[in-house]
Amino acid sequence: MNEQQTLWQFMSMESDKLLSQTVQHIGLTFISLLFAIAIGLPLGILIARRRKLSGIILGIAGVLQTVPSIALLGFMIPILGIGAKPAIVALLIYALLPIIRNTYTGIIGIDKHIIEAAKAMGMSKSQILFKVEIPLAMPVLLAGIRTATVINVGVATLASYIAAGGLGEFIFGGISLNNTNMILAGAIPAALLAILLDGLLALTQKLDFKKLKKVLIFSSVFLIILTAFYVLPSAYGSGLKAGFTPEFMGRQDGDLGLKSAYGLKIKTVVISDAVMYKAAFSKELDVISGYSTDGRLKAFGLKILKDDKGIFPPYYAAPIVNQASLNKFPELEDVLNLLAGKITDSVMTDLNYRTDYLHQTPEKVAIDFLVKVGLYKSPKGGAGETIKIGSKIFGEQYILAEIYSMLIKGNTNYKVETKTGLGGTKICFDALVNNQIDFYPEYTGTGLLAILKPDNKIVSQISHNKDETYKYVSDEFNKKYKIKWLKPIGFNNSYALMMRQKQSSEIDVNTITDLKNYLDKN
Amino acid sequence: MIELKNVSKKYGEAVAVNQVSFDVKEKENLVLLGTSGCGKTTTLKMINRLINPDEGEIIINGQNIINQNTEILRKGIGYVMQNIGLFPHYTVEENIAIVPELLKWDKKKIQDRVYELTEKLHLPANSLKLFPNELSGGQQQRVGLARALVSDPAVLLMDEPFGALDNVTRTSIRKEFKDLEELKRKTMVMVTHDVEEAFELADRICLMDKGQIMQIGTPKELLFNPANDFAKKFLDGQRLALEFKIVTIEDIWEKLSNRSSINKGLSADISVWDAMEKLRNNQAAELQFSNNTQEYKSASFDELIKAFNQYKNFTKHE
Ligand SMILES: Nc1ncnc2c1ncn2[C@@H]1O[C@H](COP(=O)(O)OP(=O)(O)OP(=O)(O)O)[C@@H](O)[C@H]1O
Ligand SMILES: [Mg+2]
Repeated sequence: MNEQQTLWQFMSMESDKLLSQTVQHIGLTFISLLFAIAIGLPLGILIARRRKLSGIILGIAGVLQTVPSIALLGFMIPILGIGAKPAIVALLIYALLPIIRNTYTGIIGIDKHIIEAAKAMGMSKSQILFKVEIPLAMPVLLAGIRTATVINVGVATLASYIAAGGLGEFIFGGISLNNTNMILAGAIPAALLAILLDGLLALTQKLDFKKLKKVLIFSSVFLIILTAFYVLPSAYGSGLKAGFTPEFMGRQDGDLGLKSAYGLKIKTVVISDAVMYKAAFSKELDVISGYSTDGRLKAFGLKILKDDKGIFPPYYAAPIVNQASLNKFPELEDVLNLLAGKITDSVMTDLNYRTDYLHQTPEKVAIDFLVKVGLYKSPKGGAGETIKIGSKIFGEQYILAEIYSMLIKGNTNYKVETKTGLGGTKICFDALVNNQIDFYPEYTGTGLLAILKPDNKIVSQISHNKDETYKYVSDEFNKKYKIKWLKPIGFNNSYALMMRQKQSSEIDVNTITDLKNYLDKN
Repeated sequence: MIELKNVSKKYGEAVAVNQVSFDVKEKENLVLLGTSGCGKTTTLKMINRLINPDEGEIIINGQNIINQNTEILRKGIGYVMQNIGLFPHYTVEENIAIVPELLKWDKKKIQDRVYELTEKLHLPANSLKLFPNELSGGQQQRVGLARALVSDPAVLLMDEPFGALDNVTRTSIRKEFKDLEELKRKTMVMVTHDVEEAFELADRICLMDKGQIMQIGTPKELLFNPANDFAKKFLDGQRLALEFKIVTIEDIWEKLSNRSSINKGLSADISVWDAMEKLRNNQAAELQFSNNTQEYKSASFDELIKAFNQYKNFTKHE
């Protein structure tokens, strides 16, 4: 009950966004559908005329259909960039198969005597097509369009990955923020939309051809208007354009903070982390919400804008170790602290760059690094007890796990087992609490906001200062979970706003305040 | 008016129509007769180019159809299909109006013509707004005929126009059909595998077998002067009945006795079969006839049979 109320509250609070996302969603679905019909219908007719082609064309459309949606969106980016264009093309490709196939089967299913009668009466090919074949194939054709529509409503949720908007913004924002109301605020309208459109199309299938003709004319006009609604807003304005992840959009220490603390007003699209950096590089976005040690920062020549009002909480990395493990492995703490302060932001960015972009293995990156800082020792090949290292499922954590593994093997007689790729924070932390791993690298901000979750007052008091944050989490972890935060490794992998280096120096924007002032002036 | 010269059509190795030649005169009804698969439909469809012949030429009104625009050609030829082939998504009215619509007649003219035909073909007036699947088979066949007749084409091709009907309905529709003024001014090629139907409706019959013409001639010629064994055997089953039906009182006029005392009688155009039926139905001993030169004759049942037999022997030895 309570849950429902808050969902309702969320929806009414965010009704503006909800409305615009719904319109975007419908717009995306129908524009792509219109294009899919414009392409699929003639193709269907073509292969009904030249049956030999049907195998190839249906085959290709079938293969395209099996490409995972995310991958398809990914393929589109190098060609079409981000935003509505690639999303529409991707959706169109999904809608193609049912439309081609049903046009084809609809037409070849027509009694051949009827076509012969039409010919015998002197109808031309196009008269036969428009007066006989299409009307008679219409029920089957509509069934295809119906299938395509429902598919498109579903796939259109993914459009938010590439800044094309739609209800996916709430859904994926909700998932990354673990906010059920937000997920439902996107998922329920999307589901309703699918049911509604499916029902409407089912109704049109029951109409006879004359009424159907009117309905079709009316609905195409309606669709074109609706399409205009969707296309127009995205066509306005110049100025700088920001792309933020769905997660960043919904966070106090994200877009909300930018608005309240800095008063930043910038045209913003929602986009997935996977394509955001590339989009900034290719000048489709100017400002993005990245992570400060991401290798792509270096790969794409991006620059971090200084958070001069300190709204992004510090995410200093440090190994966190189960107290029981410290007792069991007395040498462990000292070995792990060997790395303390050794990796700065730029060093970490470089290491990430090596794995992500130069495709070096985490192992090689770890050795090179240790050799360079003079910490490398060849493994002792000890026969002691086994230490289990955990890591989350992204590049930086793999590298850290490798480095720790080498340090332990080089300096002690313990054996090492790495359990990399333990998913997100929750999984790693549970594994640690339950002694399934002995330690893993964690970030102070994550410890504060994702694990301890103190009330807002405490957060706003301490999160501006990295030392206070570290002190708070290490005290609380010790008290609550008997887990010890060792010394920080040095780098701060926090949220950051970034721009292309070149653009930043051209317009002389180095801090977020600079950015705000620049935007206000222009 | 329609002339086929050595027309052939092959499907792969199989020859469906083999060197067919015939000539249909204006307002004549030529019936293509033969067993299933003998190439009747194929021959007919070549006349409106639904099928293009591999060899030979077809000339309509002095023009080789190969040189004509197919759409214009077809709009000038009525076609009644073996499978009726009505448009299921059109009402009866719209089905009949297809060709006039293509010819861009004005609405009023189309409507008048559709009403005229529904009346002539005895289609119920309320059926115009119905869809084909709401009609009986016989009604559908009438609609098919109306559709072919609507623009009053000079040439009419009919492929088993009564094929989908039971025998009783078939016979009665055939009668109506024969009396339809509209049809009397058409040059027709009609396909059937029903011998009785062919004899009843044809001016001339083209008897086919395995794609070839076995004999072409009037019903009388086929009956009394079969060109070959096939032609003879083909008719043997129904020979006697056909003979009675095809020979008219006029034909046996000379063999009937003259009765100057009478001054009225039935037309001598009726067949011997019909005359015998009348005698039986009227329970009369004699019937009176008059021919077109105002002569009057009468005959009893026995006299009819006698005269008929004399006529038969005479024509065979001609
Ligand atoms: N499209 C086709 N492909 C191959 N063979 C065909 C085709 N159409 C007809 N035939 C063959 O040609 C021959 C003549 O067919 P056609 O339809 O002219 O026969 P028909 O005399 O009209 O027979 P029916 O009285 O059964 O309608 C048949 O042997 C048939 O199998
Ligand atoms: Mg046939």
